[in-house]
Amino acid sequence: MVDSELVLNGQTIAYTCYAIVVILFIFGFGYLITKPGKAGVLKTSLFVVLVVILTVLGVSLHIATSKTIPWVKMDLNRSKIKPDKVFTITMEKHQILLPEEKLEAKVGQIVVFDVISKDLTYGFGIFRQNHSMVCQMQVIPGHKNDLMWKFEEAGIYSIRSTEYSGPKGHNMIINDALIITE
Amino acid sequence: MKGTEGLFKPDSLTPMQKLALRFVVVGILYYGIVVVEGMIMRIYQIKPIPMFNSEHYFSILTAHPLVGIFGSSYSIVFGAFLFLVPFFMKKPLWSIKLGNWTFGLVTGGTFVFWFSDFISHFAPLYTLYWPLPADFTQFNPLSGAIFILGIALVMVGTLLFVFNIFKTITYTPEGYEKISGRSLLASATGFSWAESIFRKKSKRRENLVSLPVAAIARGSVDTFLNALIITFTGVLILIYMVAAILGHNLEHSLIDALLYKNWFWWGLDLIADGLVLIFVAGTWYILATLITGKDLYMAKIARLALWVELVVSWTVWSHHLLSDQAQPGILKIVSGELVTAFELITQGLAFFITLITLWSARPLKMSNPLKFLLGGLLGFGLAVPAGIIQADIGLNRILHNTQWIVGPHVHVAILVGLTMTLYSAIYLLLPILTNGAKLYSQKLANFHFWAHLIGGVGMGAFMGMAGLKGMLRRTIYYEGEYRIYMILAGICGSLLLLAFLAFLYNIIMTVGVKGVIGIFMPSKLSTKELLPENPK
Repeated sequence: MVDSELVLNGQTIAYTCYAIVVILFIFGFGYLITKPGKAGVLKTSLFVVLVVILTVLGVSLHIATSKTIPWVKMDLNRSKIKPDKVFTITMEKHQILLPEEKLEAKVGQIVVFDVISKDLTYGFGIFRQNHSMVCQMQVIPGHKNDLMWKFEEAGIYSIRSTEYSGPKGHNMIINDALIITE
Repeated sequence: MKGTEGLFKPDSLTPMQKLALRFVVVGILYYGIVVVEGMIMRIYQIKPIPMFNSEHYFSILTAHPLVGIFGSSYSIVFGAFLFLVPFFMKKPLWSIKLGNWTFGLVTGGTFVFWFSDFISHFAPLYTLYWPLPADFTQFNPLSGAIFILGIALVMVGTLLFVFNIFKTITYTPEGYEKISGRSLLASATGFSWAESIFRKKSKRRENLVSLPVAAIARGSVDTFLNALIITFTGVLILIYMVAAILGHNLEHSLIDALLYKNWFWWGLDLIADGLVLIFVAGTWYILATLITGKDLYMAKIARLALWVELVVSWTVWSHHLLSDQAQPGILKIVSGELVTAFELITQGLAFFITLITLWSARPLKMSNPLKFLLGGLLGFGLAVPAGIIQADIGLNRILHNTQWIVGPHVHVAILVGLTMTLYSAIYLLLPILTNGAKLYSQKLANFHFWAHLIGGVGMGAFMGMAGLKGMLRRTIYYEGEYRIYMILAGICGSLLLLAFLAFLYNIIMTVGVKGVIGIFMPSKLSTKELLPENPK
């Protein structure tokens, strides 16, 4: 499965290119509208083309990500997929309570993190040693919060609440909580 | 003391001019509070400041967006629209008294919740995720109740604004030709258009209200609905607080946290994806036509797009719940992804229509309203696609609650997109509202523009880079894990602060200290007209 770091790097490049184009466009436009020139009449067909381009862009992003980002299909169909491991984690009073068993899995195994909140709304995020995020989900009290994931890289990962639960919980983190081996 | 060349004479202002200017002055001052508190947080994110503990930090973070939205943006927008609707409808505002009540309630309400937060550090953040606002192990219920009361005052003021706007659109003043209020309302809200598509072209009725008024009306529908939801939510939280004050602890699980989150985001998106986008598009159209003196390009399509945006705003809220695993998948796909993507079309059209209208009038002088309008267009050109990116199931899994959300999307949209659009309107309307006051310094206006633009885009960019590296929002990092990004974001934040100070100084020097005070004195003219007959 494609790693989330690769996806983020791709997004960084794509959005940076887009931002540079938009900035240059607006600056160029601002320069040119101060110069004399023929306004012309914009053909309706060009306007229709614009609407089509915007529609295609908006929809194609989601089609593209659903085809290329593997965790999308896995997430939407997780009730039909049998996981290799299930870890049940509890969050209560701003504490992350890990199960007695060690959180260990192998690369390529399908792991489910079943996180229960006994009081507030929390978040559940998995982070690499360089602090970058692997994945996350919200943890809502009174509801099932299950995150299915397939790790592509061996390593030691931290778990952190990714949702604010008040000043008492702003630093909910367990370092080196999860070990993924080859 | 008296402003540039003594041109600004507050005694010459009509009650309507004073009403609009009061809103603008207060909006600017609350923006100043937002920028200062924003800088405190920017510094804190570089290195936590010993004089503020984490409770204080999060209380600032709670007040910051609310003061920005309600205290600043609502004030400036309400002031502008209470002036512009009568301007475009060519009839007086229905009630200047109600307008002043709105001013008092929004100004006072903002102060109440800000001050309560300042003193008590009530810090559930503006998202108020259940049951956090009722977590009395962390927060004092009395301070929370006062906070909610402040929000409620703002909501009452908002409801009065909406009522005043719609009454102005639909009523017939004495001595005016009678037009059916129902027809005016239907035209303003777009229902007459929806009904007319089933009629033959020859039998279709003309639009009774202008495009700017249609934009204001449609955005006001969302303003009204949002005020109802926030009021209801506030009452719900208040019940828990009052019970706690009286010694009873109500069960949190009586309210389903997921249902609450859906309800709350449906309501909040009426601001973020509703009234902001509709009001901004409408303001772009007003600015483009006033700057160029030309009709808006494809005005009928613009009108349609405003109506589509209104309907879309009611159906997009699930993009805030893409990482909530209990949220039904169908809602995530349809509401969260596909309908949300429609905003690329509606805002894209508004962007395009505005640019073509400007293009058709070249050559144009690069005036302050024009350059800030271009800045506003750039802001949304950057922020809307950033929002579409995060409103994707796959990408949301790795972006939600990171600095990406609040950097390139929220802050660029608000600081560059919305605020620069509002600045454009302020610079454009300043001579009209002040009966010809002359801007003190063009150099300061130029500095204001560049510092705000570079500061806003830069801060969003560096926050976004940190977010892509895993930095979360609403979190304090004590080990300096993202220090370099936060230093760069802090430098850009400083530019925003300097830009604001330059603007504030420029405006005070333009109207004078006596002029600022004079704005808040009762008008010496007894008229419902927008402008005086003889300004000098």
